[in-house]
Amino acid sequence: MFNLLKQLKQAGVLGINQRNCDYTLVYNQRKYYPLVDDKLQTKKLAQQANIAIPELYAVIEFERQLSDLHKTLQPYTDFVIKPAHGSGGSGIIVIIGKHKDMYRKANGALIDEAELRHHVSNVLSGIYSLGGQPDHALIEYRVKFDPVFEHISFQGIPDLRIVIFLGVPVMAMARLPTSLSDGKANLHQGAIGVGIDIASGTTLSAVMNNKIVSEHPDTGNDVTNVKVPNWDTLLHLASRCYDLTGLGYQGVDIVLDKDLGPLILEINARPGLNIQIANNAGLLPRLNLVKQAATQLTSIEERINFAKQQFSVLH
Amino acid sequence: MDMRQLYWLVGILIGVGVVAVLFKWLVLGFSFNPGAVADLWEMEFKVQFNAKGGPVKVELHIPNNVHPYTIVDENFVSRGFGLTTIRTKGNRQAIWSKREISGTQGLYYRATIQKLTTSKSETSVKVPQIEPTQIDDATRVAVEGLLAEIRSHSADTDTLIALLMQQLSQPEQNTNVALLLGSKPDQASRIDAAIIVLNQIGLPARVVHGIDLVESTRDAKLTTWLQVYKELRWWYVNPDSGQLVEPETFMPIWRGDEEILNIKGGRKQIFKISVRKSTQSSTQAAMVRGEIVSPQLLSFSLFSLPVQSQEVYRILLTIPLGAFLLVILRNVVGVKTFGTFMPVLIALSFRETQLVWGIALFSLVIAIGLVIRFYLEQLKLLLVPRLGAVLIIVILLMTAISILSHKLGIERGLSVALFPMVIMTMTIERMSIVWEERGPGEAIQQGFGSLLVAAIAFLFMSNPYLEHMVFVFPEVLLIILAFTLLLGRYSGLRLLEIRRFKAMAETRH
Repeated sequence: MFNLLKQLKQAGVLGINQRNCDYTLVYNQRKYYPLVDDKLQTKKLAQQANIAIPELYAVIEFERQLSDLHKTLQPYTDFVIKPAHGSGGSGIIVIIGKHKDMYRKANGALIDEAELRHHVSNVLSGIYSLGGQPDHALIEYRVKFDPVFEHISFQGIPDLRIVIFLGVPVMAMARLPTSLSDGKANLHQGAIGVGIDIASGTTLSAVMNNKIVSEHPDTGNDVTNVKVPNWDTLLHLASRCYDLTGLGYQGVDIVLDKDLGPLILEINARPGLNIQIANNAGLLPRLNLVKQAATQLTSIEERINFAKQQFSVLH
Repeated sequence: MDMRQLYWLVGILIGVGVVAVLFKWLVLGFSFNPGAVADLWEMEFKVQFNAKGGPVKVELHIPNNVHPYTIVDENFVSRGFGLTTIRTKGNRQAIWSKREISGTQGLYYRATIQKLTTSKSETSVKVPQIEPTQIDDATRVAVEGLLAEIRSHSADTDTLIALLMQQLSQPEQNTNVALLLGSKPDQASRIDAAIIVLNQIGLPARVVHGIDLVESTRDAKLTTWLQVYKELRWWYVNPDSGQLVEPETFMPIWRGDEEILNIKGGRKQIFKISVRKSTQSSTQAAMVRGEIVSPQLLSFSLFSLPVQSQEVYRILLTIPLGAFLLVILRNVVGVKTFGTFMPVLIALSFRETQLVWGIALFSLVIAIGLVIRFYLEQLKLLLVPRLGAVLIIVILLMTAISILSHKLGIERGLSVALFPMVIMTMTIERMSIVWEERGPGEAIQQGFGSLLVAAIAFLFMSNPYLEHMVFVFPEVLLIILAFTLLLGRYSGLRLLEIRRFKAMAETRH
């Protein structure tokens, strides 16, 4: 036990307590939280800054809007419904198509309008929101994901998570849905997390359910050594989010759309710690390096170059 | 951030807490030991008689506050009868009366008696008057003959009493004794004889009736003791050996020759005293505790509050203990629970249900509630009405469990009413959502986690030493607050995180 603890300490593993104590509580001011906790605000902010995001189709705020939900959804064949204050991917429904009066979910199952309405109604009552307060439901563009991850994903949308500390990208991973995760890109639901080399954008080791794996359980393909396209653009996009939100320590979730390129999906003020397992590296040494150099890094370019130099693991 | 500020605050809190505790312990003399938890006895006097149809008067001797026994609570059940209690010659009597009544009547007197554990003895400054007993000449001769015999063999009052009692227990060897005791030489006549003899030489003596509080019984037998006044207090005399003793289990009810029960205008059918040793009721114990602890100390503590509030604080003050435990379990160990303080509230209700029953009842209510909640899911109800429905169902379930278990004779089942129903409702709702989103495994695991934490919190919070500590020394809470603040800046890995990140340590080899 103590041996294990010592090894983890040597690896510089960041735990929940320390993340909260020394990072989110110190570098994330409470007043900026609503910017990221409310996805509607995040979207507006990103739009103003010309950062690409999935297009917002509609916002459902009141129960009575549900009666013409069908009409609202009329123009769209596929879309995503998510709670504005959701966390950990809960409450998100992905509709990939329509069949007569039914809606087809990402896993192929059909649901009727009543079920969809009930789901939206649950979202409005706030069962998925952080504090349980009444919430909005966002209906937005469904991302058509880039084929780069097609052979190593099962249904759903793979996404990229980049942890940004004081504007410097410190660690990144790709989250690949599996059949176990029901097409969701959430590690605690059974998705695969694949570490990404900050310098090159190449995938490294992978983890599933806290265990190290190398191939996708559903497709059988190797998940390592995949090069993420437009990696520099992604780093830029993520780094800009620091100036956008003012949060010192944040996780930026990005999806790669095959037509629209990288889109910011959401920003997380309390990003999870599994990214360390996916990268098989602790966050602490990197965070400390950034802390020391922070005053000299003023522009986005400087921050990204610093990250590329310091956090490269492939030589 | 300036950590020194936190450390200063923590240091001051601990300092003040420790100094206050030491002051109360060393200077004011409060004890760290819960100790003084007294025995409680519930007793019931049952009188059943057949009224002849005219006026009825029933006189019953009832217990008095006689050291070391204190009446904590008493009540009379006497439908339709007029009731008065009177004090005569140091005795208490309940008198029930009614102008006209016939048929079988039942009267009850119930009392909760506490035995104090202080060593202070009953002292009587006033020397009691001896009421000279009217005795005939034959008896007088016998008494004087016996006295002459005993006096020559005894050195002082103690040995005289001892010799007297020994003589009285052997009537066949002494004609004087045989004459005094009459045809029926039982213990009652021995005591009567002893009183006559002792009064004759100017020693106040009396007979005391009461019961032995040894074990719970439905039919407690009355016992009789002899008491002698000597050196400003009354002593009990062992009727066989004549030793002056302090009977440990005897509770006196009345003194003198009278019968315990006297019914005018009716015929006695049943008279029974039942005695039950009570599982220590903290309410009643607290009431008496105020009398034990001396008043000037009381003004420095929660003991100065009304008993009802004391009871509330006795329970309230254990909540910080539970909260502190929860902080450790969640932030140092990393256990997941439904709702932050839900286990503490569940642990509070375990105080009444006790652990095993508490866990069984809690699981039962949650399980049935979940089944119903899954059915409600199909009806597609809005959140607040759904929560309202689950709350109503939880209360119905608790009612049903209470009634059923009462019918089955399982009285523990009644305590289900003390579960916090809103918390139960939220637990059911959260659990069903986790069940649907993360699967039954995760839901049951978190459910058991919460229950386990509640059980640990219960064992912690109901520990009599800890309970006593926080109640008598609420300053301890300052120290607990200090450690809670410190844990607020604990940034080490949680125990369960070590397991989570294990894969990273393994690949390092």
